[in-house]
Amino acid sequence: MKLSGAEIIINLLERQGIDTIAGIPGGSNLPLYNALFKSKIIRHILVRQEQAGGFLAQGMARSTGKTAVCFATSGPGAVNLITAIADARLDSVPIVAITGQVAHSLIGTDAFQEVDTYGMTVPITKCNFLVRSAAELLTVIPEAFRIAASGRPGPVLIDVPKDVQLQQIEFNTWPQPGKKEGLAYFDNDALLRAAAMINEAKRPVIYAGGGAMYSGISKEVIKLAEKNGIPATLTLMGLGLMPHDHPLYLGMLGMHGARYTNNIVHESDLLIALGVRFDDRATGKLAEFCPSAKVIHIDIDKSEIGKLRRPEVGITGDLAAVLPVLVDLVGADKREEWVKRVETEKQKYPWSSQNADDGMHPLEIIKEIAAASNDDAIVTTDVGQHQMWVAQGYPVKSPRTLLSSGGLGTMGFGLPAALGAALANPKKQVICFTGDGSILMNIQELATLDEHKLNVKIILFNNGYLGLVRQQQELFFEKNYIASHFKSNPNFTAIAEGFGIEAYQVDSIGDLKTTLPLVMAKDGPALINIYVDHTHNVLPMVPPGAANLQMIGG
Amino acid sequence: MSTTARTVVELIVNNHPGVMSHVTGLFSRRAFNLEGILCGEIGNGTQSKVYLLVNNDDRLEQIVCQLEKLYDVKEVSVRDDYDNTIFTRLHDLVTNAQ
Ligand SMILES: Cc1ncc(C[n+]2csc(CCOP(=O)(O)OP(=O)(O)O)c2C)c(N)n1
Repeated sequence: MKLSGAEIIINLLERQGIDTIAGIPGGSNLPLYNALFKSKIIRHILVRQEQAGGFLAQGMARSTGKTAVCFATSGPGAVNLITAIADARLDSVPIVAITGQVAHSLIGTDAFQEVDTYGMTVPITKCNFLVRSAAELLTVIPEAFRIAASGRPGPVLIDVPKDVQLQQIEFNTWPQPGKKEGLAYFDNDALLRAAAMINEAKRPVIYAGGGAMYSGISKEVIKLAEKNGIPATLTLMGLGLMPHDHPLYLGMLGMHGARYTNNIVHESDLLIALGVRFDDRATGKLAEFCPSAKVIHIDIDKSEIGKLRRPEVGITGDLAAVLPVLVDLVGADKREEWVKRVETEKQKYPWSSQNADDGMHPLEIIKEIAAASNDDAIVTTDVGQHQMWVAQGYPVKSPRTLLSSGGLGTMGFGLPAALGAALANPKKQVICFTGDGSILMNIQELATLDEHKLNVKIILFNNGYLGLVRQQQELFFEKNYIASHFKSNPNFTAIAEGFGIEAYQVDSIGDLKTTLPLVMAKDGPALINIYVDHTHNVLPMVPPGAANLQMIGG
Repeated sequence: MSTTARTVVELIVNNHPGVMSHVTGLFSRRAFNLEGILCGEIGNGTQSKVYLLVNNDDRLEQIVCQLEKLYDVKEVSVRDDYDNTIFTRLHDLVTNAQ
């Protein structure tokens, strides 16, 4: 058969099982779009800014675990995509970004819309390719999908010059689609030592995160905890691995964890670290993190083991293979004393929801919203105080139902990620918690939302501030409030309505209680603008750079 | 040039234009020290051998782990046995040429 490079790409994507692509066309990827025009399998989602295309793909990938695809043209298109790719890298999200590039003959000449996309994406991709011929696509495309999904997942970028998209080649057979490679091997002796350490430990704690989530081993984490009586804490990226109301669940640890959580983790004599990277937001000052604990660290990425904390036992492996064996190896134990100690600490520092006189503390609002939304709803957040309140207060029930930008902490993530989650999970309700700062970073996606009438409910915590910045200025910069107050605050309900989206204004808890059932009862997009008092702070809090025990408030 | 507490990391890499930016980019991004580089084609020219002169300290293990993750890096070995006077001679060459 004889096909163009562009046709080969679209064909290979179809063979990969891709049915949705987000992107924006432009001069350098028009041949690709022309080939996409003929596809009966792939629907294209025209986002309104490439960054949102990247986040939309992330929303699909984070909610399903399947690699998702986005397109951008050369130059400004590719540059707009960068933030979303960097975000995917830090949170290990498998996406494949395909960018158009100027024709080979023009590369290096500062041609119109030429940037060094390959060079710019070296440090923010798991792997990147600059394709030099249409024939290369037959290996590069499946490779990209293999790499994105295998081992520690991550973003892959493929830069395709326009002449390669147009080049016709003759070939006979299609390559196999790129698949996730399993990693069955792990060091069994090390695992035996780990099991012995667990059996001997007096005060073990499980500390699990995104890696455990991506390995799909929520059930085994719970089994390990239950079989051996081990309390478990989760990172932001791990929320959902254990149901929020499980008796052995300690909540999220770190900067905005509960005081009892950080205290108990600190007291542990054995930390069982599963798919985590000892991020400073979780550990606080590393030198003072769990000083009397031995560490067992299991991760699929060898370079994470010992990167920040040297474990007594480090195991490189896929938790999906390792953890079931570990569960078998550990003995049954109730650890009554340790569990009782956890209970006492819990009661001493109750996670009493912080209340406001008017009943409108964000944590109270979040509870109302959780109660009104479907049990299997997917939640996305933007970045700021509202994100941390959701992490603290939203009852996350299962894996892959809380999507949040953890590593990069990118404002503007929430709305496009919600669109992606809704597209990939058409039967589910998606709730996007955002702030009046964050939503403006990708507000144009309200147009995409309206176009596809997706079941996304936007909950806007409108406090007139870049709240998390204001909080830090209040607590650590002598209340010098600079550049954190919005002196002009747009009419968000009018804006949403202008985009064709139903919008509601909520000023009191009574309003909220009457509005929520209306909004949640019907499918389709809606925005609720909720004014919240800007003086609320996310508490408790570990000051940046301090140890987890030195918490303010809570 | 002092060669104490230095060691050589040997890489076999795919020979294409982006490889060196991946390798050197890793060193700058992760704040590893890189004291010298030697690079040359091997075999039929599809691969190259790269010698990296690095500090022999507790970050070496992390450097090796990160290098192993690069797609175009096929082999990584730490060559304690390597005669790193070759770098000294290179250093002489560079300074004498001024
Ligand atoms: C793209 C980007 N720019 C800047 C920041 C720094 N930052 C972190 S939180 C925040 C404020 C967020 O404000 P808002 O979305 O209104 O949420 P709130 O904290 O008020 O809940 C800022 C500016 C960031 N995380 N991302």
